[in-house]
Amino acid sequence: MKTPDPQRWKKIETEEYESLVQQVKPKPPLLKHCVWAFIVGGLICLLAQLIMNYLLYQGIDKVEASSYTAVVMIFLGAFLTGIGIYDELGKRAGAGSIVPITGFANAIVASAMEFKREGYIFGVGARIFTVAGPTLLFGFVVAVLIGLIKVFLSS
Amino acid sequence: MVPLYMAFLIGGLLCLLGQLIMDLTKASITPGHILVGYISGGAILSGLGLYEPLVKIGGAGATIPLSGFGHLLTQGSLKAVEQKGLLGAFSGGVEATAAGITAAVVFGYLAAVLFNPKG
Repeated sequence: MKTPDPQRWKKIETEEYESLVQQVKPKPPLLKHCVWAFIVGGLICLLAQLIMNYLLYQGIDKVEASSYTAVVMIFLGAFLTGIGIYDELGKRAGAGSIVPITGFANAIVASAMEFKREGYIFGVGARIFTVAGPTLLFGFVVAVLIGLIKVFLSS
Repeated sequence: MVPLYMAFLIGGLLCLLGQLIMDLTKASITPGHILVGYISGGAILSGLGLYEPLVKIGGAGATIPLSGFGHLLTQGSLKAVEQKGLLGAFSGGVEATAAGITAAVVFGYLAAVLFNPKG
């Protein structure tokens, strides 16, 4: 067998080494964050779809089934936040645990839980709206504006 | 019924988008900003008729992210305007989302009262 050109071998070795380095070196956290967000967020929505399909199967109409599903997911989000599991999940899942409606429930409970010493009415009662208040506010404002645009367009 | 994998895919992609916004923009973006952005963004897309197709293919994958809540607000408002005119713009959004808003406030308050923060 003919001995290969040593120069060429060296080049191939360098290329192999580079590609090996690319595989082994730690990936930037962005990719890891995105994978976690995608999987956790996807699984939360999958669970919701499972509940929704069950309700539809029971013969409940689509709009009501959707509302029921939201209520169940909000309950789960609030409960899991209360027992401390949701925030543990949030450390890894990032936006995957914030964007679904369970994250909205989480924001309500987490921002209020620490204010019991300020009382149950103006402590906890006010603080549940720290994040929920602005969120609902902007949702209402946009929905009313779009409704008004429709009123003016159709008049 | 929407297949489970489509709910996973669309829901996952919406969350991935949120993660990109958080990681690639300035650090002052908090979870609260994400929630406000999603509800407003969903409401606006819904008004342009762009969110309903996403709900058709993604089911809960599109309705459970907070952008779906914004979509529900806008659609409630638009439907009520058709029926009642001007008043509908003010009543429709909350009517459509009443169950979710009330559940969030009531369950949120109960959980905050009954449980104590860790550590």
